[in-house]
Amino acid sequence: MMGRSRKLPLTLALSPLAGRGDMPQLGLGACGLFPSPRARGEGGGSRMRGFVSRLLLILFILVPIPAFAVNPDEMLKDPALEHRAREISAQLRCMVCQNQSIDDSNADLARDLRVLVRERLTDGDSDGQVLDYVVSRYGEFALLNPRFSAKTVILWVMPIAALLIGILALVIFIRTRPSQRSVAALSAEEKARIDDLLGK
Amino acid sequence: MIVELGHYALVLALATALIVSILPMIGARRGDVALMTLGTTGSIALFLLVALSFGALTWAYVVSDFSVNNVWENSHSMMPLIYKYSGVWGNHEGSMMLWLLILTLFSALVAVFGRNLPETLKANVLGVQAWIASAFLFFILLTSNPFLRLNPAPAEGQDLNPVLQDLGLAVHPPLLYLGYVGFSVCFSFAVAALIEGRIDAAWARWVRPWTLAAWTFLTAGIAMGSYWAYYELGWGGWWFWDPVENASFMPWLAGTALLHSALVMEKREALKIWTVLLAIMTFSLSLLGTFLVRSGVLTSVHSFATDPTRGIFILCILALFIGGAFSLFAWRAPMLKAGGLFAPISREGGLVLNNLILTVATATVLTGTLYPLVLETLTGEKISVGAPFFNMTFGLLMLPLLIAVPFGPMLAWKRGDLLGALQRIYVFAALALAAGFVFAYLKGGGPILSIFGLALGFWGMFGAIADLWYRGNFGKLKFSVAFRRLAGLPRSAFGTAIAHFGLGVTVLGIFAATTFGTETVVDMKQGATVNAGGYQVTFDGMKDAAGPNYTEQRAHFTVREGGAVISDVWSSKRLYTARRMPTTEAGILTMALSQLYVSLGDPIDGGGMVVRIWWKPFILCIWGGALVMMFGGFVSLSDRRLRVGAPNRKAKAVKAAKPVMEPAE
Repeated sequence: MMGRSRKLPLTLALSPLAGRGDMPQLGLGACGLFPSPRARGEGGGSRMRGFVSRLLLILFILVPIPAFAVNPDEMLKDPALEHRAREISAQLRCMVCQNQSIDDSNADLARDLRVLVRERLTDGDSDGQVLDYVVSRYGEFALLNPRFSAKTVILWVMPIAALLIGILALVIFIRTRPSQRSVAALSAEEKARIDDLLGK
Repeated sequence: MIVELGHYALVLALATALIVSILPMIGARRGDVALMTLGTTGSIALFLLVALSFGALTWAYVVSDFSVNNVWENSHSMMPLIYKYSGVWGNHEGSMMLWLLILTLFSALVAVFGRNLPETLKANVLGVQAWIASAFLFFILLTSNPFLRLNPAPAEGQDLNPVLQDLGLAVHPPLLYLGYVGFSVCFSFAVAALIEGRIDAAWARWVRPWTLAAWTFLTAGIAMGSYWAYYELGWGGWWFWDPVENASFMPWLAGTALLHSALVMEKREALKIWTVLLAIMTFSLSLLGTFLVRSGVLTSVHSFATDPTRGIFILCILALFIGGAFSLFAWRAPMLKAGGLFAPISREGGLVLNNLILTVATATVLTGTLYPLVLETLTGEKISVGAPFFNMTFGLLMLPLLIAVPFGPMLAWKRGDLLGALQRIYVFAALALAAGFVFAYLKGGGPILSIFGLALGFWGMFGAIADLWYRGNFGKLKFSVAFRRLAGLPRSAFGTAIAHFGLGVTVLGIFAATTFGTETVVDMKQGATVNAGGYQVTFDGMKDAAGPNYTEQRAHFTVREGGAVISDVWSSKRLYTARRMPTTEAGILTMALSQLYVSLGDPIDGGGMVVRIWWKPFILCIWGGALVMMFGGFVSLSDRRLRVGAPNRKAKAVKAAKPVMEPAE
C-alpha cells in the first residue's frame, strides 16, 4: 500500500514508530477483525440523539464538513447525497488507522467503507440507517461519536454532571462563606468583656 | 569516550538529585541553613550535569556516532545538520532527556532567581523538584538509556522518521516541554506550601510568573504543533482531537485556569485551597500526558508501544506523584486558612466562572480521552471517541466562556456591577455583531450561526480593546490625558488585554476558515485548470528532483486570479530512501492571512494526478491568535511586580506602614 497514511498530528511529536509504513495500516482484514454484528432492535433513542447531535453540530462550529481523502471517482453525482455521504464519513472510524475518520484516511478499508456508505445512500437509506448498518457490521467501535447507551452513560453525562456539581459547589461556597465570617453573636463572656472595657 | 562521559554525568546527576531530594528538606525542618543552601547549589549542579549528559548525546548525533544504538536508530549521516541537532529529541529516549533537561533547568532557575524566597520554602520547592528529577532519572537509566552502545558499530544509521525531518521538530517539542514541564514548578510550590502548611498572597505572587511562563510556552508549543501537523500531514486539518493532542491540551486548559485563579489569590487572598489543588492537577495532567504518550496504552499515532516496562514504570511515577500530592492535599489543605470574601458578581466571580468552565472542559476532554481505554479494560468492549464528540461537548462548554471573557476585566474586585459593565460594553458588542455580519456579507454570506461565530471572535477582540479603552477612560477624558493614563497602566493589564485579543483572533480564524473554506478534489491531467476558492489553478506538470536523503516528484501549479498570474506552487511526493517511506509535501500559497493548500493524491490511469486543493481563508488567524496570546504572556511576564519579585515576608510589616508604590488595580 503506498498510502501516505496520515502520519501524525504532531502535538508531542516524538514517535519513532509513528509513520513507519508498517504501523497504521496493517492488515485489511478489518472486517474479520471487528466482526460484531450486534442486533440493534431499539432505534428510537438513537434517532432522537442523532437529531439532537445533528442540531448541536449545525449549531456548532463545523457547519461545512470538509472531506479529505475522498477520491474523485468515489464521489456521487448528486451533490446533496454526496454532502450527506461526507457528513456520515466524518463520523465513521477508519478501523485500521489510528483515530482517523474514513473521510480522512487513505487506507483501502476506509475507501471500501466510503463506497459502501455511498451505495447505501443511493439505495435510499437514511443517514441513521446507514450508520445502523455500519454498526451492525463493524460494531460500535466504528462510530467516532459514541451512541448514548448503558456503557457510554458516564461519558455523556460526565460533562453535564461535572458542570452541575461545580455550580452546586460554588453555590454552597458562596452561601456558606459570608455566614462563616459574618459576625457570630457575641458570647456572654465577650459581652461582659466589652461592657468591662466600655466601663459600664 | 564522550558518550561514556555523558552516561556517567547522568548517573552523577541521579546521585545529586537524590541528595537534593532529601537533605534540604531535612534542613528546612530543622532550620539548618547549611543544609537548605545545599538545595540551591545542588539544583544548579544537577542542571549542569544533565546539560553535560544531553550535550554528549547531541555530540554523538552531530558526528553520527552509529556505535550508539539510539543514534543508529534515529539518524543518518546524510541528514542535514539541523535535523541532527533536533533529531536528538525525535525519539523516546532523547525526548525524555529533553524533558529532564528542562525540568532541571527550571529547578536551577528557581535556585538562581528565588533569592528572595523564604529559605524553607525554597528548600522544599527544590526538594520536590529533585524528587521528580530523581524519578525520571531512574526511568531513563533503567528503561530508556540513550547511551547504550552497539558492537560492532553499523556503518550507516536508519534515518530519522521523515515526518520529523522538519523545522517543526526543532521548535515544537522544546516549546511544548518548556510549558509542560514548567508546570512542575507550580506543582513543587504547591506541595511545598502543603508541607509547610502555610500559604499566602506572597506565595501566589511567587507562583504566578512560573505559571505564566509555562502557560506562554505551552500555548506556543501547541500552536506550533498544530501548524506543523497542518502543513505536514497533507490534508489541511489543524486539530484532530488525537489522544496525544489532548494530552498536551489538558494541561493547557488546567494551566489557563491556574493562571486566573492564582491572580485571584495574589490580589485578594481568596481561592487559596483551590489554587493549590489546581497547581497539583495541572502538573498531574502533564505527567498523565507523558504516561499516555510514552506507554502506548492509547491508540495514538504518537505512541511507542514497544516496551511495557516503560509504561509500568511511568505509571508508578504517576501514581506516586499524583497519589502522593493528592493525599498530602487531603491531609493538609484543611489547615490552610480561607481568604478574602467576594460577591458572586465581581472580578473574582468572573475568574471563578472561568475556572469552573475550564475545569469542566478539562474533565470532559480527560473523560473522552480515557473512556475507550477504561471501558475496554473493564468490559472488553471497544468504542471510539473522536472529533465529533469533542467538537460538540467542548464547543458547547466554550461558548459561555467566550461570551463571558470581555466582561471579566470590566468588573471590579470584591463587588462588581454587571449592569454597569453591560452599559459600557454594549457598544462593543453591537460593533462585534455588525463586524460579523459585514465579514460574512463580504465573503458572500454564510449560515446564520457561523455569522454569530464570527461575531464571537470579534467580540473577543473588541472586548479586549474595550477593556483598555475604559481603563484609560477615553470616552470621558481628554485624549492626551486618557492616553497618559493608559500608558501608566501596569504591563500585566496590557498582557491580559493582548492575550484576550489573541483568543478572539483564534476564534475568528476557526469560524472564518470553516465557514468560507472550500475544498476541491479533482483528477488533473497536465495543462488542466481548476477553479478553487476564486483562483484558477493550472497543473503544469511533474518533475523529478532529489534532496540530500530523499527523492521527490514535484508538481508545478500556476495560480491565477482573473486571468493574471499571481504565483506558482510546488507540491510534491517524497520518498525517503533510508526508510523507503513516502511523504506528501503540500504546496501552500499564503495570501495575507489566507492560504491556498495544494496536495497531491495518487496518480490516475492514463496520466495525471488526483489533486486536492483547499482554500483556507483567514486560517493563519488560528495560529496568529495563539502567537498574540503568547505575546500577551510575555508582556505580562515583564510586569514590574514580577520582575522585581515578590515582597519579602519579613519586610511586609514595615512596608505596609509606608505608602505603597504599587499601581492600584
